[in-house]
Amino acid sequence: MMSEVQTKTTVRVRLNVNGAVHELDVEPRWLLSDVLRHQLGLTGTHVGCEQGVCGACTVLVDGKPERSCLMFAVQAEGHEVTTIEGLTPADGLSPLQEAFQEHHALQCGFCTPGMVVTAAALLRDRPNPTEEEVREALSGNVCRCTGYQFIVDAVLAAAKEGRS
Amino acid sequence: MKPVAFAYHRPRTLQEALERLHSEPDCKVLAGGQSLVPLMNFRLSRPGALVDINDVEGLDRVETTDAGIRIGALVRHQVLSDHPLIREVHPVLAEAASHVGHWAIRNRGTLGGSLAHADPAAELPAAMVALDATFELASVHGVREVPARSFFLGYLMTDLQPDELLVAVHVPRSEGRAFGFAEFARRRGDFALAGAFAEVSEGGAGAVTWFGVSGGPERCELTFPEDAAAREAAFTALVEAFDPGEDAPYRRHLAVLAAERAYQQAVGRRG
Ligand SMILES: Cc1cc2nc3c(=O)[nH]c(=O)nc-3n(C[C@H](O)[C@H](O)[C@H](O)COP(=O)(O)OP(=O)(O)OC[C@H]3O[C@@H](n4cnc5c(N)ncnc54)[C@H](O)[C@@H]3O)c2cc1C
Ligand code: FES
Ligand code: FES
Repeated sequence: MMSEVQTKTTVRVRLNVNGAVHELDVEPRWLLSDVLRHQLGLTGTHVGCEQGVCGACTVLVDGKPERSCLMFAVQAEGHEVTTIEGLTPADGLSPLQEAFQEHHALQCGFCTPGMVVTAAALLRDRPNPTEEEVREALSGNVCRCTGYQFIVDAVLAAAKEGRS
Repeated sequence: MKPVAFAYHRPRTLQEALERLHSEPDCKVLAGGQSLVPLMNFRLSRPGALVDINDVEGLDRVETTDAGIRIGALVRHQVLSDHPLIREVHPVLAEAASHVGHWAIRNRGTLGGSLAHADPAAELPAAMVALDATFELASVHGVREVPARSFFLGYLMTDLQPDELLVAVHVPRSEGRAFGFAEFARRRGDFALAGAFAEVSEGGAGAVTWFGVSGGPERCELTFPEDAAAREAAFTALVEAFDPGEDAPYRRHLAVLAAERAYQQAVGRRG
């Protein structure tokens, strides 16, 4: 791996995304969110604000929720990135995603990938969260449609049934 | 928008990082990126080069020292808030860290970044002033130690020089003083509208360190009156001196309430 990169030139990086290793040429200034969407075609990661506020771009980095719009793709080298695609079974939906569907936890769906990624990490760390813990964990994810109640219901229901 | 092009460096040693900061013109440190990258995305900041310190060894430790604890600049807010040693020695610092932004922000944002950025509404700069921490600043010329109480110079301004790296902070043990913390924000995780740390010693002597109501942390020493109404009057008189900007009367009011809550928490901790 390089320790030095010149302006405007691209650099070859190896990114581990959803368990697969990709060799890519990226400019250092390219955000991880953009590289996921444009270079890797993983458009489940949404981009709303590019200032860390909306949470739509949240992915897991080494298992922890982080903003892919506040990280350069070159910085992801050596780390494991998991996007919503990586949390979705090849066939159908994960139990948490099913709970979102059952509880009407989405309308337009723009915030949903970030919500599901964050909630999946929460349920992994705390299989039986309180409502307050769910609300606190999701406080960094903005939804303009649902009013949040059904999202919280879905996460609590998934927890109750021991699924995520 | 997207950031302008920059040269990117990811050193593995402190020495390499310091040399790069010294030799490269128009160079900025990249830590958690939770303040710098939004500014770059909106092109409010256009550094020519970044020194990414995330791989520099030894910057993410929390250790006990003779005087208290030493916390590395790269310690993430979430680690600060969960760390057993910090929860034991300075519960108020762990609690303040848990109020910084949201989970995803805390997983990446760092203590050093928050202190170097010096947002007037930030919790951690005020925590360092309240706890009388000392900062270790390194450059190719050597290391200097600066007390938190003289480091913050005003709105987003600090004593940090362009070629210096904040390496660690030293937080002394409380030694007979009890601390409390409270803040008001529109939502959990938002920057504070007003917040306070209280420090209470024997006989009610102590101090309040406010944040969010001025250009930086504001520490005022006082003897806390035992009577609640007298305390409210004392806090009210002190916050009169601050200019919180927008919604000033409301935020001064919140600052008084935050001081009272922080005081109650500190008194509770004294037992
Ligand atoms: C949505 C959102 C909500 C937030 N809410 C809060 C909040 O409620 N309270 C709060 O306090 N903060 C909040 N933040 C900011 C967050 O705390 C940042 O983590 C912090 O301000 C900067 O830390 P960083 O490690 O991300 O630094 P960076 O963004 O990497 O850097 C910030 C600045 O500090 C410099 N710098 C970084 N590290 C060092 C070092 N070791 N030595 C010298 N210079 C250095 C950089 O060059 C840059 O100028 C929020 C951020 C977001 C996106
Ligand atoms: S696009 Fe990253 S937080 Fe909004
Ligand atoms: S479902 Fe539309 S933003 Fe949440």
